[in-house]
Amino acid sequence: MRIKTMDSEHPILELRDVHTYYGNIHALKGVSISIPAEGIACLIGANGAGKSTTLLTIFGVQQAAKGEIVFNGESIHHLRPEQVAARGVAQTPEGRQIFPRMTTLENLEMGAYLRNDKKGVAEDMEWVFSLFPVLKERRNQLGGTLSGGEQQMLSMARALMSRPKLLLLDEPSLGLAPKLVKRIFETIIKINKSGTTIFLVEQNARMALSISGIGYVMEIGRIVLSDKAAALLQSEQVKKAYLGE
Amino acid sequence: MARSDLKKFIVYSLFLGILILPMIGLPSTTFNAAKALGVWGVFVGILGLWLLGKTVRQSSSYQRSASGLTSVFRPISGRISSISNRYYIGIFLAAVVTYPLLTNNYMIDVGITCLIYIVLGLGLNIVVGLAGLLDLGYIAFYAVGAYSYSILNLNFGLSFWLCLPIGIVLGAICGCIIGYPTLRMRGDYLAIVTMGFGEIIRLALNNWDTLTKGPNGLLGMAKPAIMYPGFIDGGLTWITYPLKSLHALYYVIFIFGVLTVIGVHRLNNSRIGRAWVAIREDETAAELSGVPTTWLKLLAYAMGAAFASVVGAFFAAKLSYVNPNFFIFMESCIVLCIVVLGGVGSIPGIILGGIVIIAVPEVFREFESYRMLAFGLAMATMMVLRPEGLIPASRRKRELHQTNQKTHEDKNDG
Amino acid sequence: MDTQSFIIQQLINAIFLGSIFALIALGYTMVYGIIELINFAHGEMFTAGAFIGVIVLAVLQKSGFVEAHFVITLFIVFGMAMAYVAVLGVAIEHVAYKPLRNASRLAAILSALGMSIFLSNGMMLSQGVSDRAYPPLLGMEGFSIFDARITYGQVFIIILSFALMLALYSFVKRTKLGKAMRATAQNKPMARMCGIDIDRTIRVTFMIGPALGAAAGVMVGMHYGSVRFDMGFIYMIKAFAAAILGGIGSIPGAMLGGMIIGGVEVLWSAFLPSEWKDVTTFSVLILVLYLRPAGILGESVAETRV
Repeated sequence: MRIKTMDSEHPILELRDVHTYYGNIHALKGVSISIPAEGIACLIGANGAGKSTTLLTIFGVQQAAKGEIVFNGESIHHLRPEQVAARGVAQTPEGRQIFPRMTTLENLEMGAYLRNDKKGVAEDMEWVFSLFPVLKERRNQLGGTLSGGEQQMLSMARALMSRPKLLLLDEPSLGLAPKLVKRIFETIIKINKSGTTIFLVEQNARMALSISGIGYVMEIGRIVLSDKAAALLQSEQVKKAYLGE
Repeated sequence: MARSDLKKFIVYSLFLGILILPMIGLPSTTFNAAKALGVWGVFVGILGLWLLGKTVRQSSSYQRSASGLTSVFRPISGRISSISNRYYIGIFLAAVVTYPLLTNNYMIDVGITCLIYIVLGLGLNIVVGLAGLLDLGYIAFYAVGAYSYSILNLNFGLSFWLCLPIGIVLGAICGCIIGYPTLRMRGDYLAIVTMGFGEIIRLALNNWDTLTKGPNGLLGMAKPAIMYPGFIDGGLTWITYPLKSLHALYYVIFIFGVLTVIGVHRLNNSRIGRAWVAIREDETAAELSGVPTTWLKLLAYAMGAAFASVVGAFFAAKLSYVNPNFFIFMESCIVLCIVVLGGVGSIPGIILGGIVIIAVPEVFREFESYRMLAFGLAMATMMVLRPEGLIPASRRKRELHQTNQKTHEDKNDG
Repeated sequence: MDTQSFIIQQLINAIFLGSIFALIALGYTMVYGIIELINFAHGEMFTAGAFIGVIVLAVLQKSGFVEAHFVITLFIVFGMAMAYVAVLGVAIEHVAYKPLRNASRLAAILSALGMSIFLSNGMMLSQGVSDRAYPPLLGMEGFSIFDARITYGQVFIIILSFALMLALYSFVKRTKLGKAMRATAQNKPMARMCGIDIDRTIRVTFMIGPALGAAAGVMVGMHYGSVRFDMGFIYMIKAFAAAILGGIGSIPGAMLGGMIIGGVEVLWSAFLPSEWKDVTTFSVLILVLYLRPAGILGESVAETRV
């Protein structure tokens, strides 16, 4: 796998005072986030806080009305989603969003759509199968017939197929059995170790913070807390609101 | 002039050239190279004007002068809009009423046709504009009215006024029959099904020789007549006075038109009308709020059909001849054009639409054959540029031009 | 004609008609699958193809090219008709459908309808109101199976249709662009996030779908010997019925639906008064939409795919 030679302190992704609207609803109210390269960052918060909107805005599916988004030193907030993807960002969106009438294999191929190196794609596919062996078993099955957990794995695997520099994960644990959740998070750590920066949005605050380097807490479209994840795990505020203590 | 706009202009012109050129076709057609060049030139000209307009509007000198002019005109336009609608309506009504006295028979006939289509447009508006049901087979109800009067009058001698309520009932029943299967359907499927029904009715009229004499049509229906009491040979009887003159017929359809406008206006502002709008906007939400969607949708179809039926009977009576070819799909499209171009849901818009679509080609006779061509293009263009129509219903304009969530497709298009 | 031959004849007619319907239906189903819009102007693509075919043929015939190079002529005629209509399809998509992608369904449908009216009237004005004769290129020679008759022209058309359908199927199943088209049809935002330029895939759809319709137009023109500016209307309805019947959005569905509608029409004409056959097709369409809008091969919950 690629070894990143970037300075880990240098942020790979920065949001500067980003505002997003859904019609008249002010979903993101001046969000500023800085994600260091090669680390894992997480965004936690209640349902409807705007976490998914944040990821969609980064990708350009929802357009930022104000503010700046900078990826690898380049402004991306005015780009179309396919252009953002071309710059090395991939996402496992909320609800998995696989292509239901394409096979597992074809879904993965779509992940690698922008790549032209057949050999590299084949290698990555092997790697992805090693991370998620069940996908290899079901590689000729239609995506829509996979179970929830398998679809989640497929979605993640597909995102990896583009060898992204930054992987955005939207609620990877949603609707999954606890054992599976643990495995998914272990896999996330593995993926990160191979050089991909991870930005994780989660309702399961404990799991998210336990694997992250830094964490952000969002409430109703605003960042209310940001700190090292370990510190957040200890914070009284976070404990009460999100860790159920 | 922006580079990208210039590039667009050239690319579009080239594309148009590629598309128009082969249509020159064979030497025997009237569409020769000269005409093709002319058509191409017209389109390129329009594109050029658009490009020019865009450049001008973006230039700073224009923006300065525009703001200057606005400050001058605003108080004036404010004064104008404060003049009550009543004056406009009054003037318009006066014009319409005196119209037949000022022109020749031919133009009165045109006026009658206008009024017929206006009533059709208003009727279709109930279905499409208020209830949001895209009916592409609306002309079938017009046919039902026309043929029911024809058959009843020719076979049973029933008078026009007696046939009207019968026609209304028949039309309403047809509306319910056509509406019923479509209750659960989505927009495009609805359109196709209604189109299919429209065609089925036309084909049935065409093939059912014993009832309708098929493609020969029915001939010789009586004109509407007025009965008044009078003395003949010393006895009190009803005297029948057939309304044969175009003037009389004009006023009959005019009264229908006025009644229709009043009716539709009342419906617009009634509880039923608002319920229809609720269904149009979000059917699931309306159902959850307790709106009886099934019944209301059928009512919309039935009412629209009833209006069409009335003018259908009138049309048959006036012309004394009906033929299935009067009720082809294109006619449904024309009525739809009137509603869309004028402004869905807007009464003055539809009136204007009817006048434009019927009267304008009459005035510019040489361009008669270009009529549907222009209106097809206008319909597509309107949807892109000004979906609320020429005279928008006030509600609609607000809906359509609200700043929606900006996804990238909006911003980065082109 | 004995029963055996009768059946064979009906089969021949059904396959012939069915493959033409299937080609046109494919155009509908591809466009609907990718942008959920019924391309009302598709009938005009069919007609335009037929006209271009006859125009090209006329040009070629003048120079005596046709007799000398028969096979090449066929290629040229079909090729040019399909190429022209592909350009037309892209133009229409760009002007009338793309700006309305986020607008209400009503607006998109009306725009499509407007385009249909515009194009059919445009063809009427430029090509004339009356029928235009196709030079009898394919001839009437053929052969017989028992007492059933099939012309070489019909054989050619059937083979060409199947070849085109096969080509389309492999394109969509095997090539990267074809898969991108499927992905775009199934989940647009996700396709974009994979880096797929959906504007491009939609454009390609509007090249292929109409082109197939154009091929069908040339076939119909060649076989029946004439073209008219409004010939598209009735084929449009029937092909649309076929696409719906087979499952709108499904390519195999369109092919299946085409065959079935072809069969229905042939069988009806064989036994029942033929002037009502169009009513039958409309009724089938309405029945399918009412009872099972997803069609035979479509997903069972078409409404949720919003």
